Amino acid sequence: MTDTPLLKVSGVSKFYGSRIGCKDVNFELWPGEVLAIVGESGSGKTTLLNCLSTRLMPTAGSVEYRMRDGNFRDLYHMSEAERRFLMRTDWGFVHQNPADGLRMTVSAGANVGERLMAIGDRHYGKIRETASDWLSRVEISTDRIDDQPRAFSGGMRQRLQIARNLVTGPRLVFMDEPTGGLDVSVQARLLDLLRGLVNDLGLAAIVVTHDLAVARLLSHRMMVMKDGHVIEHGLTDRVLDDPREPYTQLLVSSILQV
Amino acid sequence: MTDLATYNFAYLDEQTKRMIRRAILKAIAIPGYQVPFASREMPMPYGWGTGGVQVTASIIGPEDVLKVIDQGADDTTNAVSIRAFFQKVANVAVTTHTSDATIIQTRHRIPEQKLGENQVLVYQVPIPEPLRFLEPRETETRKMHALEEYGLMHVKLYEDIAHNGRISKTYAYPVKVDSRYVMDPSPTPKFDNPKMHMSDALQLFGAGREKRIYAVPPYTEVVSLDFEDYPFEVQKFDQNCALCGAHGVYLDEVVLDDKGGRMFVCSDTDHCEDRREHGHVGEMLAPSKEAAE
Repeated sequence: MTDTPLLKVSGVSKFYGSRIGCKDVNFELWPGEVLAIVGESGSGKTTLLNCLSTRLMPTAGSVEYRMRDGNFRDLYHMSEAERRFLMRTDWGFVHQNPADGLRMTVSAGANVGERLMAIGDRHYGKIRETASDWLSRVEISTDRIDDQPRAFSGGMRQRLQIARNLVTGPRLVFMDEPTGGLDVSVQARLLDLLRGLVNDLGLAAIVVTHDLAVARLLSHRMMVMKDGHVIEHGLTDRVLDDPREPYTQLLVSSILQV
Repeated sequence: MTDLATYNFAYLDEQTKRMIRRAILKAIAIPGYQVPFASREMPMPYGWGTGGVQVTASIIGPEDVLKVIDQGADDTTNAVSIRAFFQKVANVAVTTHTSDATIIQTRHRIPEQKLGENQVLVYQVPIPEPLRFLEPRETETRKMHALEEYGLMHVKLYEDIAHNGRISKTYAYPVKVDSRYVMDPSPTPKFDNPKMHMSDALQLFGAGREKRIYAVPPYTEVVSLDFEDYPFEVQKFDQNCALCGAHGVYLDEVVLDDKGGRMFVCSDTDHCEDRREHGHVGEMLAPSKEAAE
C-alpha cells in the first residue's frame, strides 16, 4: 500500500427532496483496500455507492480520485467524456443483477471484449484470446465463449460480469450486493473467487452488502450505515467482534446461526 | 394556367424546403452527423422513400435532370413512381442515364459509373442509427455519438466473426466518416462502400420516418469498420453478367425456372444497357438474340 489514498470522499450528502439518502459521509480508500458498506435495506448504502461511482449526482460534498498520473481529480468537475472513459477503463461496477451489467444478447466473449474494443483494440484474435483467458480465470469453461449469457446460470452470469469489468485492469471496483440472489454454495465459490482476484490484482473495492458474512470474508474495513448516516467505521474484525454502537450490536447479533 | 389549386413546385411548400435545406447544410457541415428535421407526411407510405423524396424535393430546380433507382434498377415500381411524382409536381426532365442526371435518388445502390462533381446522390434511409440494434435508447446512442464511444459497433462485428468465421454483414455496413462519426450507409450492399470514399459527388441521406438527414460531402474520407486480422472486403462474384458480360460489378441472381436454372445480371440496369449498346455481350445473349426474351 502507498501513502496516498486512491479515493477521497468528503461531506457527501444526497437528499431526495426533504428525505435523506445519505448524509455527510467522509472516508478515504487506499489502493488494494476493500471497504464494505453494510446496513439494513433502506439505510442509504446503494445511494452512497451510486454517488461515489458518479451514477448519481450528490447534493453536496466532493469525491476525489487519484488518476493514473498521480493527480487528484474531483469526479464532479470532470467532463462527462472523461468520467465515462474512467468508468470503462480504470473502474468496474458489478451489479447485483447480472442482467444490468451484461449485454444479454451478445456472446460471453464479446461481453468480455467490449471494454477492450471501446478503448481501441482492433485485433480480433487478441481480443478473443484475452476474453478466453478471463473466462478461465473466473472459472467459466472456454468452450462457452460463444454462448450468450442468457444460457448461463446465475452464478456464471455473475462471474462473467466480474470478468467483463476486470478485463481492462481497473484499480477500483464498485460492487452492489455481488452475491445477492445466489444460493449459498454458489455464493461461497464466488466469494472465494473474488477474494483471490482482489488479492492477485491488488484491486481496491467498495462492496455494498447487507450480508455481514460477505463483509467479513471480503473486506478489510467496513462502514455501518443507518438512516443515511455512517454510524460506525473501523476494521472489519473490530466492528464485527466488538461492535460499539447499539445498532451495530443489534445487526451483528441478528446473524442467523445454523 | 387555370385558377384551380395546384401543387407548389416540387410538392413541398417553400417554408418546408427552407427547413430541410437548413438541415442539409448542417449535415454537410458535420459529415456523418444525423441532423433531426421536421419530416413531413408525403403521399407515399413510410419505407417507400419519404426521406429521400423530401431531400430531393428541397434541392431540385427546374434545370435539374432526375434519375431514380431502386436496387440499381430504373424500372422497378418504387423508382418509376418516384420519377413520375417529380415529373408531375416539378415538371423536371428525367433520365435513366447515370451520366445525364444531376440528381440521382437511390434505394440500395450506388451506380457503377463513377459520379462527378456536378451530381448529387440522394439515399432513402430506413434506419439512420447504426447503433440502433445494439443500444435501443436514443438518448444513449446520441451520447455515444457525441462522446465518440463506438466500441459497441465492433462488438457487433466481433459477434459476426465468432459465429460465422467472418464479418457476415453484407449491407448497411457501418462506416466512419471523416474520422469522426460512425454512420449507417443505409441498406446499400457493402460492395458500394468503397465508392463513398472520396466521392466527387455530394451524398445526402434522408430518413423520413426517423426524421434524420445526414450527408457525406464530396472528397470526404469514408472508412468501413473492421478488425486488423479481419479486414473489410467487398463481395466478389465468380460469374460475369449474363447479358453484358461485365465483371467486377454488383450482380443480382435471377431464378429462371424450378429446375435450378439461374442467371446473374447487373444490378445497375443503366450500366448493363449502356454496355450492351457498346457491343458487349454476355453468355446468355451470345448464341441468339431471342434467348434474352
